[in-house]
Amino acid sequence: MALSRREILGAAACSALLPRRLFSATAAKLRIGLLLPYSGTYAALGHNITDAMKLAATEHGGKLGGRDVEWVAVDDESDPAKAPANVNKLIAGEKVDILTGPVHSGVAMAMMQIVRQENVLTIVTNAGAQAVTGNLCAPHVFRTSFSNWQTSYPCADVMLKAGHKKAVLMFWNYSFGQESMAAFKEGYAKGGGTVAKEIAVPFPSTEFQANLSEIASLKPDAVFVFFAGAGAAKFVKDYADAGLKDRVALYGSGFLTEGVLAAQGPAAEGIKTTLHYADALDNAANRKFRDAFKKATGRDADVYAVAGYDTVNALAQALGKVKGDTGAQKELIAALEGVRLDSPRGPFRFSKAHNPIQDIYLRQVKGGKEVVLGVAMKGAEDPAAGCKMGK
Amino acid sequence: MSLSLFALQVVNGVEYGLLLFLVASGLTLVFGVLGVLNFAHGSFYMLGAYLAWWISQRTGSLLLAILVGLPVMVLVGLVVERLAIARLYARDHLSQVLLTYGLVLLFNELQRGLFGNDVHGVATPKALAWTMPLGAQTWPAWRAFTALACICIAAAMRQVVLKTRFGMRVRAGASNAEMVEALGIDVRKLFATLFSAGTALAGLAGMLAAPLTTVYPGMGEGVLILSFVVVVIGGIGSIKGAFVGALLVGLADTFGKVLLPGFASAMVYAVMAAVLLWRPRGLLGPAFEGR
Repeated sequence: MALSRREILGAAACSALLPRRLFSATAAKLRIGLLLPYSGTYAALGHNITDAMKLAATEHGGKLGGRDVEWVAVDDESDPAKAPANVNKLIAGEKVDILTGPVHSGVAMAMMQIVRQENVLTIVTNAGAQAVTGNLCAPHVFRTSFSNWQTSYPCADVMLKAGHKKAVLMFWNYSFGQESMAAFKEGYAKGGGTVAKEIAVPFPSTEFQANLSEIASLKPDAVFVFFAGAGAAKFVKDYADAGLKDRVALYGSGFLTEGVLAAQGPAAEGIKTTLHYADALDNAANRKFRDAFKKATGRDADVYAVAGYDTVNALAQALGKVKGDTGAQKELIAALEGVRLDSPRGPFRFSKAHNPIQDIYLRQVKGGKEVVLGVAMKGAEDPAAGCKMGK
Repeated sequence: MSLSLFALQVVNGVEYGLLLFLVASGLTLVFGVLGVLNFAHGSFYMLGAYLAWWISQRTGSLLLAILVGLPVMVLVGLVVERLAIARLYARDHLSQVLLTYGLVLLFNELQRGLFGNDVHGVATPKALAWTMPLGAQTWPAWRAFTALACICIAAAMRQVVLKTRFGMRVRAGASNAEMVEALGIDVRKLFATLFSAGTALAGLAGMLAAPLTTVYPGMGEGVLILSFVVVVIGGIGSIKGAFVGALLVGLADTFGKVLLPGFASAMVYAVMAAVLLWRPRGLLGPAFEGR
């Protein structure tokens, strides 16, 4: 391995700091930075992640690796333009030991540019952009949520098994939608399915009527979509209103129905989606987590809260191994790589690219509730295209 | 594209355009007669939608929600006019933008505080919760009802503006407010009435659209921008222009999505640019510098 001058200088600087850090690290409080949206469209997601992290910390007695936890939260406003300033504020200003967040993939990309230069242990708690554990992957960056690939690739197989050989794809034309579709197409082509048409809808437009008429005239076996939030709520209603619901099966990544089931009402009935979690997952860890979250916050836990919860639980396990010494980053990273969690979503461990290896579930809306039909893909591991770590 | 699909897309475009007209007509009236650039117009649309959801959820009837919601919107319009807009008549457009944009932020915060940030669905009234076959697909009856309602309202507005004393004063106020005042007509009262009528129209559009679009934070902003495009295409202050402009925008958006999907979001603006090159004051704008 060739070392660049910067890496040698960095190593020298680190070793110079090491003794002091060792001394102070175990005594001082563990400062965890939260770069999350607390206002705007994604505010509810930010609050759920934060509260689940605090819940997990409380369950560990308020200490991780023997150190009291101190939270430093910054509202990232889901604004990629403000991300560099916010990241710097947490790293240089607040001197956090561990950086966590964000929800928005654009913010995550800006954050990656900085943390790759800085040596702060970073855990991405939601954003699913492929690059985080793909071509921008780094030893000190982990992700506890999902990659976009994981939410969509398994659905192709599900559709093919149901006999849907000809599909129309429809999605919001920005990175999340594009990555979702690319992953789906990869799986669909592999299994011999053909894509009749790809309909890219400009983000965040929610006027779908013209495209629905088009789908009706194309008569595909099934439709696979990526929409989320308000757009997902409207799409599902429009789809039913256009009379397509009973004629062409509708599939999507789980974000099509997450958090908007009530707004979609009967129009969502029967929709099948794939995701790494479902509220209704029947396992002991999930039941315990959902009860505790409800008791602590008065709200129902969701897929976002699970990622926050697992983040702190993974940290607790790893920091316990290094006795809370965040200065010993190499050992801490190795400890994180060895983490095994019995998560509310099922078994959880990190891949070589530091993305979760997790089961992807097939869910269906029945009687206004999300029901788990089974596992769509066992131990799904993101292909981590462009990541050289561990290869 | 087959002929039946083409016809279906025309219907889609017209229906979308009619709803846009309802929002844009209020905007063009306030802009043309009062001379006020009202950015908060989209917020009234959002408020209407949220009222429709909030009331219909409690009473179980969207019709009741509209009957109760409309007077509320009129009242909101009167209050906003008296407290904010009335101070702007003598000011330039920049001050108007500043204040009405402030109102947008205020209404967004109010919405967050009163109704929360969740996405909500509004149930279609039972009598209209069926679909009708139309070409290769089916069409919800509520969409047809909304389109019909918009046509009726457009016709009614035309009658009021052209055939009533109030309409005469509105037209007079639009061409020369000072002269109207000199003739002993209370212009302030006229303006207040007109502004609250515009507010109610935007609110009504939000209420009618609620079952179709679902109700969500920030829903007013997208509509506001499209409404401005409609107003500019149609000619500022012209209701007839807004009607033509809205249909044009609806059709451009619909066919843009089908024929040039990669270019869809720019289609509407391309149409606007083309119209402005051809007729800089819009299709039916004033031939001379009015107010």
